[in-house]
Amino acid sequence: MTDLNKLTISDARDALRKGDVTSVELTEACLTAVQGAGALNAFVHDTPDLARAQAQAADARIAQGDAPAMCGIPLGIKDLFCTRGVPSQAASRILEGFTPEYESTVTQNLFDAGAVMLGKLNMDEFAMGSSNETSCYGNVVNPWRRGNDEAQLTPGGSSGGSASAVAADLCLAATGTDTGGSIRQPAAFTGITGIKPTYGRCSRWGIVAFASSLDQAGPMTKTVRDSAIMLGAMCGHDPKDSTSADIPVPDFEAMLTGDIKGKVIGIPKEYRMDGMPDEIEKLWADGTAMLKDAGAEIRDISLPHTKYALPAYYVIAPAEASSNLARYDGVRYGHRGKLAQGDGITEMYEKTRAEGFGHEVQRRVMVGTYVLSAGFYDAYYNRARKVRTLIKRDFEEVFAAGIDAILTPATPSAAFGLGEMTDADPVQMYLNDVFTVTVNLAGLPGIAVPAGIDRQGLPLGLQLIGRPWEEGDLLNTAYALEQAAGFVAKPAKWW
Amino acid sequence: MSIDLETAAKVAKLARIRVDEDALPALAEEFNTILGFIEQLGEVDVEGVEPMTSVTPQRLKRREDVVTEGDQQDKILANAPDAREGFFAVPKVVE
Repeated sequence: MTDLNKLTISDARDALRKGDVTSVELTEACLTAVQGAGALNAFVHDTPDLARAQAQAADARIAQGDAPAMCGIPLGIKDLFCTRGVPSQAASRILEGFTPEYESTVTQNLFDAGAVMLGKLNMDEFAMGSSNETSCYGNVVNPWRRGNDEAQLTPGGSSGGSASAVAADLCLAATGTDTGGSIRQPAAFTGITGIKPTYGRCSRWGIVAFASSLDQAGPMTKTVRDSAIMLGAMCGHDPKDSTSADIPVPDFEAMLTGDIKGKVIGIPKEYRMDGMPDEIEKLWADGTAMLKDAGAEIRDISLPHTKYALPAYYVIAPAEASSNLARYDGVRYGHRGKLAQGDGITEMYEKTRAEGFGHEVQRRVMVGTYVLSAGFYDAYYNRARKVRTLIKRDFEEVFAAGIDAILTPATPSAAFGLGEMTDADPVQMYLNDVFTVTVNLAGLPGIAVPAGIDRQGLPLGLQLIGRPWEEGDLLNTAYALEQAAGFVAKPAKWW
Repeated sequence: MSIDLETAAKVAKLARIRVDEDALPALAEEFNTILGFIEQLGEVDVEGVEPMTSVTPQRLKRREDVVTEGDQQDKILANAPDAREGFFAVPKVVE
């Protein structure tokens, strides 16, 4: 077998079980691909020794029979996940040198299932960004290009390293996290699949916190089937996360029948934005037609508070971030600022945080501090939480009226050039999350599926939003969409 | 609502982030752009709406108030920038 790094999880699993390939061989193929892809800047801490040891153990387990689906599958892990003995710094200078003494629940679950870790993946600092330009490791580059134009494009963010690595076949799949769209937007920008499950599906324990009421981990994969397989291995109840749901995890893969006859798909009119590029408009219409042809009923719906999702998010997320990031004070881990003679503890805090946090993180921490400060708490923070209640209610009402899933574009555009947004004000960058952020505020599952190519030759994605806890049904609708769209394009290798 | 330099400096102080004097005007401008965007929330009728506390309706689980993973002083201190005699060390706190 050649090009083992290009396999999907499901094909690799089948080949491993048949004995056609070993995990050691798969792992070596991926390690070679990683080594040759420095130009993408996707992997930032390689763990080849650990990967080889895990691959050998996986091969032994497979040989005994009855190994789980993820056994022997080489993965990349977003730097936001704490991994024991391996640097985990959320792409921030402030966590430089931090090597956790513990393992995040999600990575532990994956390792328990026999998965192999190739290394840690680049991302926006503390997952704050939509273009992977806020990382202390430097920008991640999208393997896709606009035809023969050599201009470097963003893979999206914050899980940009994960997206780039999967799209470029450096690993079979990767973990991502999604607070406002950080799995779905980069998946759409790189022509891969990514699902953010219902809030509470995946344990947040050991994942560096950004906005705890919004953060969820999820898989970023080459196919919908792979997302179903990997999500099943990642989630499950965890007593160490008080918001982790104590409900059974179904066999998501077994629910992929491709049959969506009679399912009701909602098309929300509020997602038809002014100035939406006609290619996005067409992609959305094409996706709607595909689901209809597959036997679904299409219904126009209204989610009236959609417009207020982004402003509510940019109160709630920075507020929670300012609180979560208060722990980076130079005392217990990571960077401590350089102190002058006579500096006291306040100077230590202020210098540590000024040196350690990048510009975007500082800005969000300060915005969060402001909206939580005396006199503004009610006007901003409480009001945003009330609007959040209304946004969730919008979804509850359409689901109660019989909608099974909602189809929207995943992003307002294809991938843009690195540096193109440098001079824009921060709000322009925030608009990238306009279609995805509602899903986090309402705690719902959402999946991005590659569905087309624009005239520049770049991938475009559609998003499906499902009912809470019904990831299986959502994945099945996504599977039907994937089959109808027939997206098979890959970026031409230039790196 | 417009943020002046004094407010920007106060927010930086509250957030315990050192911001140089000459960086304050740009910071205040960015705050104003973001807050201008957030102002839209004022249009929404939120009369009688409860602020969300939990996105998924569930009762937080309780557990016995006992030590579950104790006796790990060396691991706790392993990543400290400055640890001495089993403690985190910081600059002098009291005069």
